Amino acid sequence: MTDVIRTAGLVKTFGATRALDGVDLQVSPGEVHGFLGPNGAGKSTTMRILLGLLRRDAGEVRLLGGDPWRDAVDLHRRLAYVPGDVHLWPNLSGGEAIDLFGALRGGLDERRRADLIERFSLDPTKRCGTYSKGNRQKVALIAGFASDVELYLLDEPSSGLDPLMTQTFNDVVREARDAGRTVLLSSHVLAEVEALGDRVSIIRDGRIVETGTLDELRHLTRSTIEVQTVQPVPGLAQLPGVHGLSAEGDRIRFEVEPAELDTVLARLSRAGVTALTCTPPTLEELFLRHYDVTVPAAGSRR
Amino acid sequence: MTALTGTGRLIRLALRRDRVLLPTWIVVIAGLTAAIGASVVGLYGTVEERFAAASFSAANVVTRIFDGPAAGTELGSLVLMEGYWLLAVVTGLMGAQAVVRHTRHDEETGRAELIGAAVVGRRARLAAALALAVGATLAAGVAATLVLLALELPFVGALLAGATLAGNGAVFAAVAAVAAQVAASARAANGSAAAVIGVAFLLRAVGDALGDVGEDGVSVVSAWPSWVSPIGWGQQARAFEEPRWFVLLLLGGAATILAAAAMSLVGRRDLGAGLVPPRPGPRRAAPWLASTLGLAWRLHRGPLLGWATALGVVGVAFGIVGESADELFGLSEDLTAAIEGMAADAGLLELYFAFTTGLLAIAASGYVVQALLRVRTEELQGRVEAVLATAVSRRRWLLVHLLVASAGLATVLGLLGGGGAVGYGLVTGDWRAGVEGMLGGAMVHLPAGLVLASLLVFAVAVHPRTAAVVGWTGFGVSFVFGQLGALFELPQAVLNLSPFTHVPTVPAEPVTWPPLVVLTAIATALVVVAVAVHDRRDLVLAS
Repeated sequence: MTDVIRTAGLVKTFGATRALDGVDLQVSPGEVHGFLGPNGAGKSTTMRILLGLLRRDAGEVRLLGGDPWRDAVDLHRRLAYVPGDVHLWPNLSGGEAIDLFGALRGGLDERRRADLIERFSLDPTKRCGTYSKGNRQKVALIAGFASDVELYLLDEPSSGLDPLMTQTFNDVVREARDAGRTVLLSSHVLAEVEALGDRVSIIRDGRIVETGTLDELRHLTRSTIEVQTVQPVPGLAQLPGVHGLSAEGDRIRFEVEPAELDTVLARLSRAGVTALTCTPPTLEELFLRHYDVTVPAAGSRR
Repeated sequence: MTALTGTGRLIRLALRRDRVLLPTWIVVIAGLTAAIGASVVGLYGTVEERFAAASFSAANVVTRIFDGPAAGTELGSLVLMEGYWLLAVVTGLMGAQAVVRHTRHDEETGRAELIGAAVVGRRARLAAALALAVGATLAAGVAATLVLLALELPFVGALLAGATLAGNGAVFAAVAAVAAQVAASARAANGSAAAVIGVAFLLRAVGDALGDVGEDGVSVVSAWPSWVSPIGWGQQARAFEEPRWFVLLLLGGAATILAAAAMSLVGRRDLGAGLVPPRPGPRRAAPWLASTLGLAWRLHRGPLLGWATALGVVGVAFGIVGESADELFGLSEDLTAAIEGMAADAGLLELYFAFTTGLLAIAASGYVVQALLRVRTEELQGRVEAVLATAVSRRRWLLVHLLVASAGLATVLGLLGGGGAVGYGLVTGDWRAGVEGMLGGAMVHLPAGLVLASLLVFAVAVHPRTAAVVGWTGFGVSFVFGQLGALFELPQAVLNLSPFTHVPTVPAEPVTWPPLVVLTAIATALVVVAVAVHDRRDLVLAS
């Protein structure tokens, strides 16, 4: 099957600023693809090129088999976009705005519309000018997910939602995936991508620095091991791939690189393991590693 | 900490934010004063001409309504009669919008929350906004006084005229301060303040219309409604005749009472909310709304309604005055000469129709500038992003706005000319002359208005940042050349810059098609280029 989104060497400059510096992004059909990066990394710029709102300076882009700039209108019938900051007409009601976006996209599913309004508990009679940021976002989410489309482009869609509504949002995204739709979900909220993403691409300074499934990415980083042994384990700190070792009585904590895990476990078992927990790296640690921020070792975090 | 802590600092912040906007308003007010003053000074050079003008205006109901109450034959009195209400309206709008901008608008953008969380008293933001607005209206008053003095009008009259103008501005700023506490949104607050200004104009129009001609025959003794309108107070000051200084007390008193009321209301409402809760809207969109065209209509219909109503009413009035066209033109030799220069061998009535429809049609094209700048606002405020992310092409979006604005301009011109035809027909029974003169004279300007519209679309597409400047400059140039070009004897090459210069002076001249076809072709060419460029450029995106 062909990719829903494929970009190669995508470049976009704004004056002297090089916002995208060769983005290679690939999204397969039916997956929820997390698009992760801090503010200003180029997430929104990429999204807007994918929508044909901005013009690329160099590189290749294919979206749903078409060129997002040239075939914008035809492609837009097959996708729904939720911007990070939703701007609406202050004197239109929420219900009017939802219907308007639905109609402009080519119609929406009445049952889904009613269902989503209910689940997001939105009052559609309020004027858009009186909505909070979260409520404006709900309007865009309802209009988007009530449309019968193949691809959802969501740019930090839950940044204004409260935890309960974030849960609803997660459910809605999962339902879309279960129905075979593709979702590109940009975020700097790591838990969101961890909960939803099948695969993740991490963007930094206009380049994709890492891409893969969550499992694959976790292999790139260290697990934290907390262990109790009968006998002391000599020379553990000197083993290759072991970092940040700390001991408290007979309890030892350290981090280990995935490649050395086997060797380390063999050494531990010789000392007689009585308790062991192995914590996979959180996406947070993974993420911070790509921005050159040192994550304090688990043991030294006090 | 008192309720006013931080006011001084907030005033400095407001001055910094408005350092371009407010000086621009003040320059416009000074420019309007100069234009009105210079044209009156130029037209009515002799005592006889001034006497004729004052006695005509005093006796004529329509000039009483649309100019003001005549107050003697002094040159300064004629200037204020012609233009005081316009200056008062503009100064009032400046003050009112300044207050709303620094109160409710700040609350809607969230800036006020940050300020409110700092060491700033509860009433400090309103106090600073009022201080800024009143300061600006005082500056406008001083500017008007200086302009009147430069026209060599007497000092005392110029001083009182400037002071009443500032007083009018202060009253409407205070009205806006109350509206900002009561209304549901910044938009509604601005709208309410503008409505109060409109009512003030209407009250004094009724009062002046119902008034009597004074014993001297060159002044109007207005009826009571003029005395319940702040604009009426300003006009009753008779600055250049027998100054009524107590009018300043009325203006100052009203401004103080309203400002105090607004200050006490501040404590009774929440940040970002008015005392009046917003009305709920419809649960579902009407079928007509849910399309690009429906959305454009929804966005344009408010201003269109305002412009169409205003110019329709003005058209009726000018149609009615058409009955006494020869009398009106006889007032000044310069005016007669300028008018007759428009077309030889034409009757005075035809010249009157051509002259008035020419002026009013240019004024009407202000609608198209305002309407199409909405396109820029939609892009600037990020709303176009979500629309163009649906199955709407850039081309369609731009052209639909142009279509609605152009149809709107045709409607405004039609109502202007149609109103004029009705007004003239009702008074004289000669419907044919009214339709040919007013309706024909107004509609013939449509191609020139479309050139202005397409110039703006071109600017929005090619260089969006200068669109507002281009639009209003184009409008201003057209207006100044149309009104004053002939009087000031500007060279033809300069006058030719305005598209309206090329419109045949119907009905004084027959309709000649070549210039109309060329104007339409220029408009079309500009739009074609605009669409091509707009298709290729990046959107200006918010955030």
